[in-house]
Amino acid sequence: MTIDFSRQLHYVWALLPEIILCVSGMVILVVGVSGRYRHAHMAAGGSIESKSGDDLGWLALLGLLGAAMANAWLYSVTEVGESSMIAVDRFRLFSNWIFLLAAVLGILISFAYVYRQRLQAGEFYALILFATAGMMFMVGARDLIVVFLGLEVMSIAVYTLTAFNRRDRKSAEGGLKYFLLGAFSTGFLLYGIALVYGATGSTNVAVIGEAISNGEASMGLLSPAVALLTIGFAFKVSAIPFHMWTPDVYEGAPAPVTAWMSAAVKAAAFVAFLRVFMVGFDAIYALWYPILWWLAAITMVGANLIALVQTNIKRMLAYSSIAHTGYLLVAIAAANETAAAGMLFYLLVYTLMNMGAFAIVMSVSHHSEERLYIDDYVGFGWSQPLLGVFLTVFLLSLAGFPGTGGFMGKIYLLLGAAESDLWILSVILVLTTVVSYWYYLRVAWVMWMKDPETEGQHNRIIVPFPMRFALLASVGLILYVGIFPSAALEFARTSIEGLGTFGGGLIGQGP
Amino acid sequence: MTALLDSIGYSGWVLHTLIWMPILGIGLVLWADEQRAKYVAFWWSAVVLILSLGLWWAFDPTVGGIQMESATPWIKSWGVSYALGIDGISLFMVMLTTFSASISILASFNYIQNRQRPFYALMLMLEAGVVGVFLATDLFLFYVFFELTLVPMYFIVGIWGGARRIYAAIKFFLYTALGSLLMLVGILYLVYRAKTLLGAPTFAYAELLQVPLSGTEQLWLFGAFALAFSVKIPVFPLHTWLPDAHVEAPTSGSVILAAVLLKIGTYGFLRFLLPLFPVAAQHPVVVNTMLVLAVIGIIYTACVAAVQSDAKKLVAYTSVAHMGFVVLGIFALNVNGLQGGLVVMISHGISTGALFLLLGMLSERRHTREIEEFGGIARVAPWFATAFVVTALASIGLPGTSGFVGEFLVLLGAFEDHKGLALTATLGVILSAYYMLPMVQRIFFNPLEKQENREIRDLSKREIVILAPLCALMIWIGWNPTPLLERMEPSVRAVIERVEGATIEARARVEDEVNEGQIVDDGQE
Repeated sequence: MTIDFSRQLHYVWALLPEIILCVSGMVILVVGVSGRYRHAHMAAGGSIESKSGDDLGWLALLGLLGAAMANAWLYSVTEVGESSMIAVDRFRLFSNWIFLLAAVLGILISFAYVYRQRLQAGEFYALILFATAGMMFMVGARDLIVVFLGLEVMSIAVYTLTAFNRRDRKSAEGGLKYFLLGAFSTGFLLYGIALVYGATGSTNVAVIGEAISNGEASMGLLSPAVALLTIGFAFKVSAIPFHMWTPDVYEGAPAPVTAWMSAAVKAAAFVAFLRVFMVGFDAIYALWYPILWWLAAITMVGANLIALVQTNIKRMLAYSSIAHTGYLLVAIAAANETAAAGMLFYLLVYTLMNMGAFAIVMSVSHHSEERLYIDDYVGFGWSQPLLGVFLTVFLLSLAGFPGTGGFMGKIYLLLGAAESDLWILSVILVLTTVVSYWYYLRVAWVMWMKDPETEGQHNRIIVPFPMRFALLASVGLILYVGIFPSAALEFARTSIEGLGTFGGGLIGQGP
Repeated sequence: MTALLDSIGYSGWVLHTLIWMPILGIGLVLWADEQRAKYVAFWWSAVVLILSLGLWWAFDPTVGGIQMESATPWIKSWGVSYALGIDGISLFMVMLTTFSASISILASFNYIQNRQRPFYALMLMLEAGVVGVFLATDLFLFYVFFELTLVPMYFIVGIWGGARRIYAAIKFFLYTALGSLLMLVGILYLVYRAKTLLGAPTFAYAELLQVPLSGTEQLWLFGAFALAFSVKIPVFPLHTWLPDAHVEAPTSGSVILAAVLLKIGTYGFLRFLLPLFPVAAQHPVVVNTMLVLAVIGIIYTACVAAVQSDAKKLVAYTSVAHMGFVVLGIFALNVNGLQGGLVVMISHGISTGALFLLLGMLSERRHTREIEEFGGIARVAPWFATAFVVTALASIGLPGTSGFVGEFLVLLGAFEDHKGLALTATLGVILSAYYMLPMVQRIFFNPLEKQENREIRDLSKREIVILAPLCALMIWIGWNPTPLLERMEPSVRAVIERVEGATIEARARVEDEVNEGQIVDDGQE
């Protein structure tokens, strides 16, 4: 089918995945307040085995399946006419896969948590779907206004989800912090958009790019605009020094929300970041490249060093996620096709490994917010060998060890950096990776090598069926991508084609 | 024999089998029940060993380059292939690996009492990884195997090791990883240069050899690679992880570590460092630094070894000294030196491996490794003492043992251009007698005073099966090293020719440039 953007109705087809998600989100909301679900959250016990609210989760998965089918269908579509708002390119569709995957895994692992914490299942799953739709808007946007709208739809849903566990102080604290800082950073972003409009007379990314390369833009406005946009995005991807909210939010948010948002929100922000900077600001690469260079360097060094001293595993994974932000910023600083493809690939792998690790953290803490210290993992490996091996695989993958997807991702990022001659940044990347080995391996040694003082403290771990499925899928995919990466690499590489003209004149701009 | 091997197409499949058999074995071991796991692991590794023995005949000693090559594309868009091959340098390393893997599995039968299945699975994984390192002819594949050897060793030391096992395991891991990740950046730089030259990236060793590099580039890359390998060897002053890892590791871990893991470093020197960066490898500053570090390593660690009270730690330090000889031989940059280095690698693998095994057997009997605790054991366990003395003499390098051949050739090689250093290194040979013989005396020959020592059993049948081939090899190589030397010579010569060829080429290039009146700046970005 061809999508003709001169016809209003065809926008519906171009946005089909988003629309399906929004509709199914609303259906879940309505079902959630009706009949037997209304009082489900007040039910006594909140045991892991209880099943209330389960079917709402399956309904959400059904919605995601629909969106996935629509996303797959969009591959067969050809664009006709000028679209100023929405892109139907493989870049967007690949990113959509990441969000869909993250949402599916996030919902699969949250079943037990939702009843155990007596969360309102209807709102919970609906908000995940809304946030996912917002992410999709963000990465499909060719216009900064749509980027902003998508960002807000995503962010507001995520703020709510962070504060979702009303009975937990930390959850409320995290939600408020996230909201205030998030709103603040959005202000930067919006101001940046306004200045870009002032400089170039457009909010369309492609038009901005042309205006800049034709020399029609006013540099006096453009420089602060780029700075403000960088700050806005840096907040969202949680780059140091704009990361302050991350550890508290990740620690306070309900565990499945942390798992999901640490992967999906980051991915959405990065993809939009990449599109805006590489397509829109390609011609002024020399202007923003040093900022990104330093941002990447500081983020990698800082996050990895702070992660070393964490004792709470959720905070440790929060800093680890900031560290991964640093690695991904290298791709943006490199700003070439290899780096862009590398970033997509890395985000996909990161979603799998990070959510997998969080899923195991959740099962160790009995689907609640207890036993979150790394020392609680003593003897875990030997009493739950399979889960122990899985967690080890996730950690090795996060550390970027051969045989796992994380390694291939890191190589891809390094190859991208090599193409732009970012050798010093590459060296910083690998050196900080060595630092990261320490805190990833610490969990491994605590769970395999330390002898527990009391036996049997991990005997009651329950992994419900949906989570088991999510874990198996993540481990399987990580190892598959780590050993036979060709198909996934090729997929990421072809997803960059048609993104726009970039990478010209970049080679040789070493530090 | 050759005809028999040809008839089964041996050289076509053997290299793959040597990597994949142990990996298959992991599954078998995990599937077997706890008490049988060790037999499964041992017999499986014995089959691998027997298969690898055929290499001795199937290997063509007249060819200097890599043989039995095969390559399958693995990651096409990056130019990575699953490429294996063998030459006179890796041949012995592979055989040493399969040999010491089965020996050390056999030696852990009593030592490892709990969590047996994961232990033997990790041992087989380690074997596969190390064999892969020696066979890979693609730098990506090499790097993957190089890193993959870390994980099983980390867990072997960390789970089944002594009291400070976690510290030792993490130290070992971080040291090695630091070097290897910098090497990874170096590899990617090479690949990137290959890409600008050939239009497509490639990780194939043979193609990367063709990439012309300026002198400055070579020095940087040499640094990155040399750091990775020097940590692994280990070269003084990067050796501090080694005593910890050796002392804390279970016996079989120490054996594998000493016998093959350290050799990965020196193998990397011979296979990658010298051929890829020949100009840097001959740079006088580089050569002198490496030689001086090697000699300091020999002398310093010999002195440190002499004052150790823990027998295992003493042997661990001797490893550093022996590897110093290998580095000395390699950077002598002549055929004698390189061959000597290779023989020391083999001999050290056998003799130090055997020493660790013997000390393991001793501490299984007495639950201590303090030299002070022993004395007069030769009277109650004569066979034990015999094996120990033979091994210790081979380790010192007594003529007639394998150690002598290697060290003699190394010194001969080093003497050609670096007389002072060679003379100083000779001191190391004397020092090795100074630390090794008192230990032997205090453990085996002093008066038999302690009651516990009277009850020490002599070697069991299983232990004799372990030690007999080791002792036999030490003596056989000592008396008849020719079969080894003739197999390694063409490959060693190829390395030397590559290095020397680069000098001539570089000189010619400089002359051309001078003649044309334009000196191209070597400076990097």
